[in-house]
Amino acid sequence: MSKLNLLYTEVEDDLRATVRDLLADRCQSSAVIAAYDGDRSLVVPLWKALATDLELAGLLVPDERGGAGASAREAAVVLEELGRAVAPVPFLTSSVVATTVLLGAEAGGPADDLLAALAAGDRTAALVVPLSTAPGAAVASLAAGAGGRVSGSVTSVAGALEADVFLVPVTTPDGTAVYAVPAEAVRIDPVVSLDMTRQLADLAVDSVPGEALIAAPAGAAAVQRGLEVGAALLASEQLGLAQWCLTATVAYLKERRQFGRVVGGFQALKHRLADLYVAVESAAAAARHAAATVAADDPDRAVATAVAQAWCGDVAVRAAEEAIQLHGGIGMTWEHPAHLYLKRAKAGQIAFGTPGFHRARLAELVELPAPTVGRGTRKAP
Amino acid sequence: MSTEATAREDLRRRVTAFLAEHDPATTDRLEFLRARYDAGLAWVWFPPGHGGLGLPRALQPEVEQRLAAAGAPDNNPRANGIGLGMAAPTILAFGTEEQKRRFLRPLWTGEESWCQLFSEPGAGSDLAAVSTRGVREGDDWIVNGQKVWTSGAHRARWAILVARTDPDVVKHAGLTYFLCDMTDPGVEVRPLRQITGEAEFNEVFLTDVHIPDSQRLGGEGEGWKVATATLNNERVAIGGDIPRESGMVGVLSRTWREHPERRTPELHDRLLRMWVEAEVARLTGERLRQKLAVGQPGPEGSAMKLVFARIAQEASGLDLELLGEEGLRYSDWAMVRPERVDFTGRDAGYRYLRAKGNSIEGGTSEILRNVVAERVLGLPGEPRVDKDVAWKDLPR
Repeated sequence: MSKLNLLYTEVEDDLRATVRDLLADRCQSSAVIAAYDGDRSLVVPLWKALATDLELAGLLVPDERGGAGASAREAAVVLEELGRAVAPVPFLTSSVVATTVLLGAEAGGPADDLLAALAAGDRTAALVVPLSTAPGAAVASLAAGAGGRVSGSVTSVAGALEADVFLVPVTTPDGTAVYAVPAEAVRIDPVVSLDMTRQLADLAVDSVPGEALIAAPAGAAAVQRGLEVGAALLASEQLGLAQWCLTATVAYLKERRQFGRVVGGFQALKHRLADLYVAVESAAAAARHAAATVAADDPDRAVATAVAQAWCGDVAVRAAEEAIQLHGGIGMTWEHPAHLYLKRAKAGQIAFGTPGFHRARLAELVELPAPTVGRGTRKAP
Repeated sequence: MSTEATAREDLRRRVTAFLAEHDPATTDRLEFLRARYDAGLAWVWFPPGHGGLGLPRALQPEVEQRLAAAGAPDNNPRANGIGLGMAAPTILAFGTEEQKRRFLRPLWTGEESWCQLFSEPGAGSDLAAVSTRGVREGDDWIVNGQKVWTSGAHRARWAILVARTDPDVVKHAGLTYFLCDMTDPGVEVRPLRQITGEAEFNEVFLTDVHIPDSQRLGGEGEGWKVATATLNNERVAIGGDIPRESGMVGVLSRTWREHPERRTPELHDRLLRMWVEAEVARLTGERLRQKLAVGQPGPEGSAMKLVFARIAQEASGLDLELLGEEGLRYSDWAMVRPERVDFTGRDAGYRYLRAKGNSIEGGTSEILRNVVAERVLGLPGEPRVDKDVAWKDLPR
């Protein structure tokens, strides 16, 4: 465990300010709410502004491979801001997860062109796994037939509606490979999702020719790495979301009056918010630590990721639930943005493995083994 | 070279020169400590003449490491926490030159130990309500009252004391801060036995104790301001570089690993939740330290104390359950006077009981939540029924 910076550098602060300004201008909550009524007109121009104009799509890609040569620390800052605005853009799915998978391909190989195109924001990709797939868990891969023709179906894929190319884990006799399949060759059924700001889709392909970008067996490690970085950086999105909930709730309770008093002066509410503040500050430390270990390729990366996911997913949900409750009636309305945060938080808690999954993973990583079946003095219910 | 690097280099030379003149192997311990104080190597951030060199506090470890490496004796700081951590910075900030010269050197060397006479049976969280009276008689103050929760009173030579010197004004304005001689015949110290069976603390009864006016710290009626400075120093202790699985969760994790026969799915789930919470708290503390780097902690330190108390209490309770039958036994209920308190020491039952104090001592968790809500989040303060009322007219 080396000494990692858990704060923000000046460069990271500047990046945050730029992203926040753009989102304040181009991602208002009324437009985000419209996504639940089927109006997704916000998505494409907003994604282009972030990916291409601000050049965020290539943050994780090294200069020599066509990217911005930044690190997971900067990507995490972007995700904090995207979480704060519940922005409906495929940054996490394309610029973090799919991009990390492709970084697992050897330079000079067939993945180079697509990686550079993703980094430039010219193309958008999605890894074809259910959003709930956790790092370390088995990945449902599709079958490859003769001549590299891919067949099968995968449900609940995030970032699919925005993608023009899919990265498909494919089972081969040598293990898992990663194929690229163009979106137009895939049947994409949009799913009515709990979180419409990261709307899912069910995908099906039937004997579609794919291009092997990462050969077996290296594909498995690349997919795992993509999922692990996705899980690590999702914590930062959850942090941004939780911070918005806390800030908005505190601000509201300083204005709202009942019984002739500002309701934020009631001790029952003050103490709840103090506890929430402590939880959110703790989430900041956990998320920052996870991002820093990924950026530094620190050996503590897996533990840091599991800790961040075990903590931040629950904190985001709690912050959103507290926001709804403490806003009272207005927090329950369609018009108020609080519900956007609750839906994103609850879906995010399940994405890349639930907190319970990550605690179980941690048990192995830090040698606190689960009871051996049949040896415990009590049985699980 | 940067200014800090120059200062560090200069400090190293001073330590080397000091060691050359005072060989720890052949110098008497007390003589060595006094000489170290006089050389400004006691607390380098204190001013010259009072054990320091006026350097940044961050340079102190440089001195400690070099002296420890040379086999030098230390001033047993763990036995003198109140003196070093609370009395000294307050005397430095508010004392006269004469007071600093008289008190700081023997305080630092440990020749004179200190205790704190603040809390009273009727003034816990509401410290400004203290009713111990100080009445001026010539050059002396005559003090009468009862103090409680005084650790180390039975060993202390001196005490920092807050007393009410003017009952006719609002409670915060009528207090004065004194340095009290614990050998005065009017001082009676009785052990205060606690739920663990032992007595870390004392009750202190003050009957016509004479305190010369020259031992008043700060102005008459300025006691609250001085006491606040003392208490701010109490919450400085956020700790240093803490390894993973420190504290109560480390104890709990060891129990889990050593007792495979006691493992159940339900305990496993609770263990992992605790482990995650403790690891996140460790990172939060580290992040807070990076934020503060140097200087005074803000109210964020209160948040850390809240977390620490909860983890210590839950983890120690879980540890008992995990031990099962063994958890039904207790090491010893005998009334003893512990030399020092180790929250993670002794047996599981002791740790569970002692941890109950963690959310009460040094600010209850309820008061700390008020601090966080008001001073960090900016929410309104509690309604004050005692505002603008003279202390003598408050309902008691």
